[in-house]
Amino acid sequence: MFGYVTRRLLTAIPTLFLIVTGAFFLIRVAPGGPFNLERPLEAKVMENLNRIYHLDKPLWEQYLYYLGNLALGDFGPSFVYRDFSVAELFASGLPVSIQIGAGALVLALVAGTLLGIASALRQNRPTDYGIVGLATLGITIPTFVIAPLLSLVFGVWLGWLPAGGWGDGAWSYKVLPIVTLALPQIAVVTRLTRGAMIEAMRSHHIRTARAYGLKPWTVVVVHALRSAILPVVSYAGPAAAALLTGSVVVETIFGIPGVGRYFVQAALNRDYTLVMGTVIVIAIFIIVFNLVVDLLYALIDPRVRLG
Amino acid sequence: MAQAKTTEDSDLVLDIRGLVVSFATNDGEVRAVRGIDLAVRKGETVAVVGESGSGKSQTMMAAMGLLADNGRATGEVLYRGRNLLALRPKALNAVRGAKITMIFQEPMTSLDPLYTVERQLSEPLVEHGGLSWKQASARALELLELVRIPDPADKLRAYPYELSGGQRQRVMIAMALANDPDVLIADEPTTALDVTTQAQILDLIADLQKRTGVAVVFITHDLGIVRRIADRVVVMKDGEVVETGATDALFAAPREAYTRMLLDAEPAGRKDPVPESRPIVVGVQKLGVSFRIQQGFLKPPTILKAVDDVSLTVREGQTLGIVGESGSGKSTLGRALLQLLPHSGRVQFEGRDISNADKAAMRSIRRQMQLVFQDPFGSLSPRMTVGQIVTEGLLVHEPSLSRRERDLRACAALEEVSLDPSVRNRYPHEFSGGQRQRIAIARTMVLKPRLVVLDEPTSALDRTIQKQIVDLLRDLQRDHGLTYLFISHDLAVVRALADTIIVMKGGRVVEAGPAEAVFAAPADPYTRELMAAALAPVAAG
Repeated sequence: MFGYVTRRLLTAIPTLFLIVTGAFFLIRVAPGGPFNLERPLEAKVMENLNRIYHLDKPLWEQYLYYLGNLALGDFGPSFVYRDFSVAELFASGLPVSIQIGAGALVLALVAGTLLGIASALRQNRPTDYGIVGLATLGITIPTFVIAPLLSLVFGVWLGWLPAGGWGDGAWSYKVLPIVTLALPQIAVVTRLTRGAMIEAMRSHHIRTARAYGLKPWTVVVVHALRSAILPVVSYAGPAAAALLTGSVVVETIFGIPGVGRYFVQAALNRDYTLVMGTVIVIAIFIIVFNLVVDLLYALIDPRVRLG
Repeated sequence: MAQAKTTEDSDLVLDIRGLVVSFATNDGEVRAVRGIDLAVRKGETVAVVGESGSGKSQTMMAAMGLLADNGRATGEVLYRGRNLLALRPKALNAVRGAKITMIFQEPMTSLDPLYTVERQLSEPLVEHGGLSWKQASARALELLELVRIPDPADKLRAYPYELSGGQRQRVMIAMALANDPDVLIADEPTTALDVTTQAQILDLIADLQKRTGVAVVFITHDLGIVRRIADRVVVMKDGEVVETGATDALFAAPREAYTRMLLDAEPAGRKDPVPESRPIVVGVQKLGVSFRIQQGFLKPPTILKAVDDVSLTVREGQTLGIVGESGSGKSTLGRALLQLLPHSGRVQFEGRDISNADKAAMRSIRRQMQLVFQDPFGSLSPRMTVGQIVTEGLLVHEPSLSRRERDLRACAALEEVSLDPSVRNRYPHEFSGGQRQRIAIARTMVLKPRLVVLDEPTSALDRTIQKQIVDLLRDLQRDHGLTYLFISHDLAVVRALADTIIVMKGGRVVEAGPAEAVFAAPADPYTRELMAAALAPVAAG
């Protein structure tokens, strides 16, 4: 087990290297640069800026320079958010995004699983149709519609919760963003759980469990859910990576100082180092959560062997 | 074999009266069981016999409250005076799994793959017996000893996937006996097992019944088993009981035509011998197939010899029966011979060496050598019409044929397997297992092959259907001079079809020779064991 985890993390290093390399050159292929503003800077200023940020060197030299700094744990300065290093931006933004993302993830898994089970046990009855209908709705309505709607209803009309802002992380400010972020995920988890549960409840070993007069809880949760949860687990890994690294839409609409905004802004502004930073952070999250999924799989299903 | 006792009603443990089971389907209500009566007395063995679709399983599923969601049961299922059909779930759960228990046809999937044997054996003990988990696992160990599993302490900690089919069925039996039940319902418990394992499981059930006095309801389509273990027989057809009586009496003098037909369903007849002068179609010398099994990182792989040093010769018009239990390598041999698996040794087809020939070279030969599979449900694409399935091979081997010509060929092939050509526009799911197997045979016949490898083509079918397929195969062979390789674990079918047989065990041929000679005087102890297990119950009567 320990050896397996070590091995997986070691293989992550070449993966990350390839991702970093690919991203580095791809963003440089895009036309324009961080200092190409609407109104062009003076040639002298431009030259100075390029020199300071090493943009006057040949590309391969810049690449090696970046790699060298990266190896020392230095993500470099942001090109657009002056006075901040990329590391500083993430240090302040990532915890915020993780709080919202983790809340949404937990909510999605709990609510989605419960709804999925309820739906599966009442297959083709009104409850099932209702839940499936809502889930379909949840998948179809985009977050940029849900977010202002929730903000309007609960923040403005009812006044129960703040309509936006972060409020230094007070819980009331987190509710609406978490719910917004969780809704589509609840819908997906519900559908996954429902499908897997229906199949599990029809399997022969569930028939055995029922034939042996076991309690409904034992039949449904101990026996059926344990095998039905596997597809949810494999979905939850990448989903967790996506949620925890922030959402542009939710963070922008609710005005939350997370890292989600950086993806888009950095790319649009050609903020080279910040783009690289976000790529690396997301890659690490995906690698780690895929590992977690594999470990969970082995934990749930004894037939899975790590190796 | 205990005689059916004449007993008073107080001895009744399970009394089914006027049971009707119906299913709501898209085509309206389907009645699977149409008002049957069935009584089970203390300590007796009742066999419920019928073909698939006769409602024999659904009767018991209804009694146990295990019908599918769209199923509905009316009538009465009385256990000690209480109607199980009317009980609330909680009260029903106190009976099922404790006093009425069940073992199933599918030992491979009836246990939860995610929990240890210990946990699953303990569950009913904790639930019904009021034991603590600790006491339950001690009792579970005793139960495994009772059902004579080797290394019971190890098996207790094992997961189902680490056990063989026979061992899993033993675990199920242990589970069934855990709470000292009054009735054990065994739904085709040996159908999915090898013949020798089958015999062991039957002996075990009979022995445990003697020791515990449990009544056994044995659902089966295999009359050999019925004769061996049952006190009374109930024959079902289309959801109704057609005949019931003491086993000996019923076997000696069946009253109903249907019962007589079932009794007569053993594949009969022998194949006409083929003269030695016929040309050799398949010649195999020292064929071997081995698989590398990677056991983990950096560990050297172990080599499993699935087929080891097999040589054989089959002449035109002959049938070679390849007999053995699961894992004996018989299917692997068939596949290697068709060049579907890499192998060592030499394979000659009509005088040409085709050993490990490449795909391109094989393409022209493939047409001559066809394969029919065991599973008539899985081997036909559900999204193609029967006509498309039958003619698909022609698209590859005779691309120049027009659509009309292909259609004509399909009609001819379907007629040859006694199906109405009009079925070619329908889809496989509309057909029964026997009809699907006919379609699969038509698919091979349309190419006019020289050699057909039949991999357990009858084992998923009812005996009466088996007999028809055996007759069909024999007719086709006679009419077209076909050569068969018939892979089977079913000795009765092999006997009816084969000229020569080889018996395989652990990848090796343990016995080979003309079918009659091998059946009359098996030389190898393993062959004798196989024959004893498979043919004894029938021969005994």
